[in-house]
Amino acid sequence: MLRSDTGLSLTIAQIVQRLKGSSLHSQLERQARVSPLHRPEIKLESLKEDIKEFLKTSGRIVLTYLFLFICHIFQGSWEKRILKSLNSMCTELSIPLARKRPANEQKELLNKWNEMGTDEPDLSLFRPVYAPKDFLEVLMNLRNPNYDNGDQPSFRNHLGLIQVPLKIKDIPELKDYFSELDLNAGQLGIDDSTQVPPVLAEQDSAAAQQYVRQGCPTALRAELWALILNISNQSEDILYYEQLKSNVVQHDLLVDSLIYKDVKLTASNDDYYFVFEDYLYQVLLCFSRDTSVLEHFTYNSATPPKSYIRGKLGMEEYAVFYPPNVNFKIFILSVAPLCFLYHEPSKLYQIFREMYVRFFFRLHSISSHPSGIVSLCLLFETLLQTHLPQLFYHLGEIGAQPLRIAFKWMVRAFSGYLATDQLLLLWDRVLGYNSLEILAVLAAAVFAFRAVNLMEVTSLAAAEAVLADLSTLKVMPLLQIFLFATVT
Amino acid sequence: RVSLQNSSYKGPYCYQKLKEREPRASIRFKCALANTILDVLRQRPGWVEVKEEGEWDFYWCDVRWLQENFDHTYMDEHVRICHFRNHYELTRKNYIVKNLKRFRKQLEREGAKQEAARCDFFPKTFEMPSEYHLFVEEFRKSPGITWIMKPVARSQGRGIFLFRKLKDIIDWRKDGARPDDQRDEIQVENYVAQRYIENPYLIGGRKFDLRVYVLVTSYIPLKAWLYRDGFARFSNTRFTLNCIDDQYVHLTNVAVQKTAPDYDPEKGCKWMIQQFRLYLTAKHGAEVVELLFAEMDNIFIKTLQSVQKVIISDKHCFELYGYDILVDQDLKPWLLEVNASPSLTASSQEDYKLKSRLLEDTLHIVDMEARLTGKEKRVGGFDLMWNDGPVSRADGNVDSPGNGSFMANTHLGIWTQTRESHPGLSRVGRLGPRGKGELGRGAI
Repeated sequence: MLRSDTGLSLTIAQIVQRLKGSSLHSQLERQARVSPLHRPEIKLESLKEDIKEFLKTSGRIVLTYLFLFICHIFQGSWEKRILKSLNSMCTELSIPLARKRPANEQKELLNKWNEMGTDEPDLSLFRPVYAPKDFLEVLMNLRNPNYDNGDQPSFRNHLGLIQVPLKIKDIPELKDYFSELDLNAGQLGIDDSTQVPPVLAEQDSAAAQQYVRQGCPTALRAELWALILNISNQSEDILYYEQLKSNVVQHDLLVDSLIYKDVKLTASNDDYYFVFEDYLYQVLLCFSRDTSVLEHFTYNSATPPKSYIRGKLGMEEYAVFYPPNVNFKIFILSVAPLCFLYHEPSKLYQIFREMYVRFFFRLHSISSHPSGIVSLCLLFETLLQTHLPQLFYHLGEIGAQPLRIAFKWMVRAFSGYLATDQLLLLWDRVLGYNSLEILAVLAAAVFAFRAVNLMEVTSLAAAEAVLADLSTLKVMPLLQIFLFATVT
Repeated sequence: RVSLQNSSYKGPYCYQKLKEREPRASIRFKCALANTILDVLRQRPGWVEVKEEGEWDFYWCDVRWLQENFDHTYMDEHVRICHFRNHYELTRKNYIVKNLKRFRKQLEREGAKQEAARCDFFPKTFEMPSEYHLFVEEFRKSPGITWIMKPVARSQGRGIFLFRKLKDIIDWRKDGARPDDQRDEIQVENYVAQRYIENPYLIGGRKFDLRVYVLVTSYIPLKAWLYRDGFARFSNTRFTLNCIDDQYVHLTNVAVQKTAPDYDPEKGCKWMIQQFRLYLTAKHGAEVVELLFAEMDNIFIKTLQSVQKVIISDKHCFELYGYDILVDQDLKPWLLEVNASPSLTASSQEDYKLKSRLLEDTLHIVDMEARLTGKEKRVGGFDLMWNDGPVSRADGNVDSPGNGSFMANTHLGIWTQTRESHPGLSRVGRLGPRGKGELGRGAI
């Protein structure tokens, strides 16, 4: 797993480079500046204590760096695993990772662009590359070696599946952070008057972000989200999309088959999303070729992992990049709700891409970011353990650790689990607060809501059954009760 | 007992005084169907199923029984059955056409020109073969459009097909096309030719129709309830008119069957009507959508009014109708059909829940248990839409429909309170202004 020395130094250098602008880095800098060791007058008497003090505080920061490094390694190893799986699939099925389409095939695809769902390619041999629970297993193995958790009392007794010392908010902090959701503040429903708020007239993105914290009127949501995400669908954006589309037409990627398979599967199982099957193909096929997205997140290499069109090894213009993630079901579930709001393919694409780049990618990669999946898992477990200790303990005892059930909700940002109107209200808040933490809070709130039934179950299967159907839940009352009305 | 029916009071808020009924110890029911309704009846507290020949207080019958037995079955005052004797005035395509035409003329005679104009929600229909020549005249006015041939009753024989050329139906007639005479004697006109809606509203390239439920507990005076839930039924295939050949297309052509408005409702997928409303509102804005739903209310009321004088309004009868509505690209709703026996078989778990709630609420309104006061405007998921006059959302004082502030008491496609209780959340208020205010209505 660890690379050779040169590889390691390169990796470290890259981490350092990447972290230079981050808050962690400035924390460390600040810490160093105010530490007693840097003051011109050092008192010998207190030196020992000062050093201890310094090590305590900076130590945590240093260890967090160490953890980040470990994240990096895990992410790298995770990505390697995915690539390996993809490669072996290619070999097994004798299908190239990428190939150029012959002219007649290109023409056919172009004609069928708006109804790709009518295709019925044989996808039986393609297996999913990984499932969310595989990812959860990886996260559960994420542990800081040699780290004495004793320093953080709140963490000392953490009994959850996630054992990493990331900083997360507690309920008082959450109450403050989500203050606009307070019980006394009006939350918009879905059928309210659509007086156009001034933020739209003034095209004020920051103010719009503030505005949507209390929910969007249905008729204005599309515009408000576009404003917050700074998507205007100018001609160059349309051109960009058309370029991606032509890439799809010209080249066939292995991952295309995975996309087809996942879309067909998801579409045929979900009454609400099946209607948008064609949109899903259009967006995802383009997305898998969008290198600007790929450049955004790679951790482990200066350039994203790539392959070459068969027969053109080494020729850069024939390079084709691996997409950041190959469990397309997750993508599908992120795109599908947007189809309720955006109907023009290039705009839909822009919105999805921006949402992915700002939020959803954090759900599929390992990082220490407060909106990253690791932090969300930790936040969820901590909230539950702190505020429903009996339930938490009971479920742990019967092998139904809450995270095992809640993980799939969070990793999909609840798409496919909530009713569409509720999901959109939830995502209003994701945009409004520019954070995914609300997913963890909602997950905890759901458990709290069904606590009575959950206390009576005696198996994981029974717990799953209690929590199988979230489609009748109303998101805002749940969140409000959990944050502001629960007696702690 | 004095009934308000006999009094001269006839305002828009004529709440009929409930006749005194003794609450019964147990309610004996019979049920002709073996699906959701049977479950709902069996689970209803105090309701007991009776065997073949036993006496009953309530019968969920089928239309066959009705035809054969209604006329010579004595029913006590409290007894209820789920059909009106001659519901076919509403549900048979050739009859509803006649009734609507007659109603429209009546409105015109009364000087209600605007209201008469609002009767144009039924695609032009001609009975065949009696109105063949009228049909040909209309056909020649708009050459090239698509027509659909439908049997007047549920098809046992040929069924539905689309055509564009007269020669298609000439062939069809020659083909010994008349199916065997069906059981009820009305069968000289077997078919109707109807203008096919060629520009349906599409979602994801797919055509759909809406199924909406309307409960009528009385025709004289007219009392009708509209259910908030319903669904949009999508076609499996993307919509195209290319499937109509120049040749005569038969029922056996599955593609056509799928594009025909009344294909098997169990095929394809469904959206809850709330989902549909959400989608449209996000796309077109709330005002446009409210207009559409108001137009649908208009369809329900006008169809019921058009048969008010011909339906035998027996006090023992109630009926739950399934309306099939098609929306076109201009967001105009069209009536396809009214079903007196909408399917109660569930196609999925969610569907089962919807139909169970629908039927439970129906039984609440039928009120064998004599629990209602008669003043209710909402029972479960049903909103009182018409009570010898339009019913307004506003409480208390009268707003006449002419008044700009009248808002109909219908909430089709509006999400209602979840059936799960929210412990600790007892305040349900009107939506407050942004910022400080009461708990938002939408929050519940």
